[in-house]
Amino acid sequence: MRDRVARLRSASIDSVPSLSIERAHLVTQAYKEHEGKVPVPILRALTFKKLMEEKEIFIGEDELIVGERGPRPKATPTFPELCCHTLEDFEVIDSREKIFFRVDDNAKEIQEKEIIPFWQERAIRHKIFQEMSDEWKDCYEAGIFTEFMEQRAPGHTVADGKIYQKGFLDFKKDIENALENLDFFNDPYASDKKDELTAMSICCDALITYGQRHAEKALELAEKETDPHRKEELLKIAEICSWVPANAPRTFHEALQMYWFVHIGVITELNTWDSFNPGRLDQHLYPFYKKGIEDGTLTREDAKEVLECFWIKFNNQPAPPKVGITLQESATYTDFANINNGGLTPEGYDGVNEVTYLILDVIDEMRLLQPSTNIQLSQKSPDKFLKRALEIVRQGWGQPSIFNADVVVQEMLRQGKSVEDARSGGTSGCVETGCFGKEAYILTGYFNLPKILEITLNNGIDPRTGKKLGIETGDPRNFKSFEELMDAYRKQMNYFLDVKIRGNNVIENLYAKYMPCPFLSIIVSDCIENGKDYNAGGARYNSRYIQGVGIGSITDSLTSIKKHVFDDKSISMDTLLEALERNFEGYEILRQRFLNHTPKYGNDDDEADQIMVQVFNMFFEGVDGRPSPTGATYRINMLPTTCHVYFGSVTGATPDGRLAGQPLSEGISPVQGADRRGPTAVVKSCSKMDHVKTGGTLLNQKFTPKLLEGQTGIDNLAHLIRAYFRLGGHHIQFNVVSAETLRDAQRNPENYRDLIVRVAGYSDYFCDLTKALQDEIISRTEHTTL
Amino acid sequence: MEQGIIFNIQKFSVHDGPGIRTTVFMKGCPLRCKWCHNPEGQVQGKELVTYGSRCLGCGSCVDVCPTGAVSIREANDKGSTGVAADNLGVAKPHARAITDRAKCIVSGACTEVCPTGAREIAGKIVSSSWVMEEVVKDRIFYDQSGGGVTFSGGEPLMQPNFLYELCTKCKEEGIHVAVDTSGCASWEVLERIALVTDMFLYDVKMIDEAQHVKYTGASNKLVLENLIRLSEAHADIVARIPIIPGVNDDDKSVDDLGKYLSTTTVKRADLLPYHSIGADKYDRLGRIYELSTTPEPTEERMLNIKESLEGFGLKVRIGG
Repeated sequence: MRDRVARLRSASIDSVPSLSIERAHLVTQAYKEHEGKVPVPILRALTFKKLMEEKEIFIGEDELIVGERGPRPKATPTFPELCCHTLEDFEVIDSREKIFFRVDDNAKEIQEKEIIPFWQERAIRHKIFQEMSDEWKDCYEAGIFTEFMEQRAPGHTVADGKIYQKGFLDFKKDIENALENLDFFNDPYASDKKDELTAMSICCDALITYGQRHAEKALELAEKETDPHRKEELLKIAEICSWVPANAPRTFHEALQMYWFVHIGVITELNTWDSFNPGRLDQHLYPFYKKGIEDGTLTREDAKEVLECFWIKFNNQPAPPKVGITLQESATYTDFANINNGGLTPEGYDGVNEVTYLILDVIDEMRLLQPSTNIQLSQKSPDKFLKRALEIVRQGWGQPSIFNADVVVQEMLRQGKSVEDARSGGTSGCVETGCFGKEAYILTGYFNLPKILEITLNNGIDPRTGKKLGIETGDPRNFKSFEELMDAYRKQMNYFLDVKIRGNNVIENLYAKYMPCPFLSIIVSDCIENGKDYNAGGARYNSRYIQGVGIGSITDSLTSIKKHVFDDKSISMDTLLEALERNFEGYEILRQRFLNHTPKYGNDDDEADQIMVQVFNMFFEGVDGRPSPTGATYRINMLPTTCHVYFGSVTGATPDGRLAGQPLSEGISPVQGADRRGPTAVVKSCSKMDHVKTGGTLLNQKFTPKLLEGQTGIDNLAHLIRAYFRLGGHHIQFNVVSAETLRDAQRNPENYRDLIVRVAGYSDYFCDLTKALQDEIISRTEHTTL
Repeated sequence: MEQGIIFNIQKFSVHDGPGIRTTVFMKGCPLRCKWCHNPEGQVQGKELVTYGSRCLGCGSCVDVCPTGAVSIREANDKGSTGVAADNLGVAKPHARAITDRAKCIVSGACTEVCPTGAREIAGKIVSSSWVMEEVVKDRIFYDQSGGGVTFSGGEPLMQPNFLYELCTKCKEEGIHVAVDTSGCASWEVLERIALVTDMFLYDVKMIDEAQHVKYTGASNKLVLENLIRLSEAHADIVARIPIIPGVNDDDKSVDDLGKYLSTTTVKRADLLPYHSIGADKYDRLGRIYELSTTPEPTEERMLNIKESLEGFGLKVRIGG
């Protein structure tokens, strides 16, 4: 790593996250000026324009890639049009121990005098809670499901290659063409389309202006600069920024700067979930890299330096401040930009190229929380590629994660995407499959599978809140068979899915109506052709997801009831309910029997695994194929972020022997400690669900460093992964750290400031995790060697 | 169909032959090596294993024991009963089950009722097809990695017919077979098994016969003769040499081993540095571990021994 990169990297790591009020102020001014006078898409475009024209321009010392969302690194804006924070929220955000943002008095004053009075009853969050039914609110508060869009905008999309082929002047031409071709006589939506396209056109100009402002700032700095070398760099930055984003990039450096302007545009327009990301970066950059190397204008080392400067820019952008349940389900600074490497080309060839290996070197050197990275491993991918990635994985900080490119393509084909589009897609966020640059694949909330069993066992009542949340499916004491219980569980599940989706429909319409995102729409096919916003169904493909959480816990709970109550009849349902209600107090022996004398998911034991398959299919059938109001289709995926901890905290004792309040199982991983037959048995169990029917599953495994020592360690890990993928698995990732180390880190955090661990589909600093999450990670089964 | 007694099936076994393997541990061994880390594999019959720290002191075992071999003893100090942290219910936090092994007939009744799995039976009588059913579950990992199945123990050659049938079935399934043996069996048995085995992991502990008797309880004459004969007939053999400080890690022992191995056709040797991981198991079986003060060999010494043996033309690895 060059000195410059080392300096930038330390500066990024050391800078303290703060809250910037700049955006909130500019947005409020724009709304005050234009609201009610122009159609909503144009209001949003004018707001974007004001931000791009007036927000402070930052070019830091040493930087080669420029552009910050806030006035400086880690100064993170708020989005009052979505979530208008109270002053108490600001206090909490400032003072909480983990995931804090420093808030200064100026910000508090502006919030109080300007932001709150204007936004408190206009923010989307306010509208959502106003429009939701009582049933929805009760379920939401009880922790049956979460709601992704109550503080953050739909996002969950990724750039494809078009921004390396076209500049925003070219996009503007496309938009003008579309405007010219509008048929106001035969197309009843032509006038809506005109508004949307006009809005997109304004956004093209706005981003170009933003680029120009960086060029001007760089020139200004160059004039003052005394170091001739830096002066030259600043002049080069000025030249690059006066070319992109207006025009298509011509060089490797311009390509990265182009992407970065787009990235800042997307995450400033709205606080989209999963920020945004460049997707198949190795494939997009390869032509620029090849050309530069061939004509002698680029060296591998120079390319690496610019890439590393680019990497650091991601780390400068924490996820915007979250509060309440949204914070609990996603308690991290990580904003889930997840860069894909390898995989297939659109033609179906092996996609690994020289830039792939260059990026792997960058990942290895950077060791940053952001961006997240992954490899897309196909049967066609060379072992060299996998093994290079595993050398990094073995170091234990959870990057890059590993995806099955062939299954990812199959998932998209099942959903009806063209094969070329599918191959140019990949995975983003944690593990979510999507068609990059062409799909809105929006996650709507986590769904608490074990909690629904708790409610089923209480005939529709939630014992924690005492409220009747579900429907009456009968007193389980009267159930004659396990099938009757499963039937009741299915009815409850479908009822809660109905409540969730009914709420989703309202929220989706709110965003379509009040929060179009004309800038993002420019770069997602086919919003221009359709004259329709990304948030209104303008993309070529539109999917909505509900994410199942706790498949391990629900499986083991149901297996336990099946075995002990119905098959062996060793206890009565009444005793079971009593034991659960008392959180096993006075029933420790029973709890131990549940823990130790029940088949468990994760041991390649069909008796347990087939129940997992039943629940999985039930969830799939309840969700998959349902329509959304803007024309999207519902799908499932299986990932938790940090929601397994939150959902566990609101779920009472479960029949698998789990005590009340303890975390649920994570991703599709077995219950922590229940998998006792090693990693091959775990992946066999996990592969019994049909991953192709999902848009992503998440499997984390924990290995002791010793198990992966030497070349044999890498080889065996590679074989394990290849075998899991032959069995149809979607994703696997590893923590390579011993429980002993983690316990020591809990006791002596000052010695472990740099310790990064895999949480779910992302990595985080161990010391930034809540105690509950730290404990959960420690309790995961550790595969070791004798 | 043959039946046999096993005490474990270990998946993702990566130190007992090439690739990802499943190791089937067969119970019963003619030797009693003092450093043995699988003492539950020595006796051929079933044995009771107890995990004191898991015991809740609930007394379920006392009620079902047909011979009255189990009793509950109240512990003196609070910390001695492990699990007793919280929520014990009707269990007695300061009590623990004590077994009179002289009375125990290993009925297994207590293991079925013990809620925490603090009591287990080591040794399960199974048919060869039962073993195969478990073994083929991980076939995809063998295919992917060039792995397979390893029969270990105990001493698998003590159950020759069972082993022969298992090896044959693996061959029929196209699964690579390794046999991890002490070599302490009649040549006829070994010769027959060699017909259906792809690879031998063959333990050679020491050359001095008196020392061998002292530390393993048996002569090494048969072991050393068998290896010479086997190596003439069978190509794929890895000699496995446990390095036990104070027993066989001196220069002379190493030199003797090297000289002996050069009289065979064996080309590869794995050095297995002594570790005390197995020590707890002795306690769980109600036995005494005699090597409790033996240190692990230093890395430097291991490299040293490796170098010496390489001097005899062997390809040597540290670790299995």
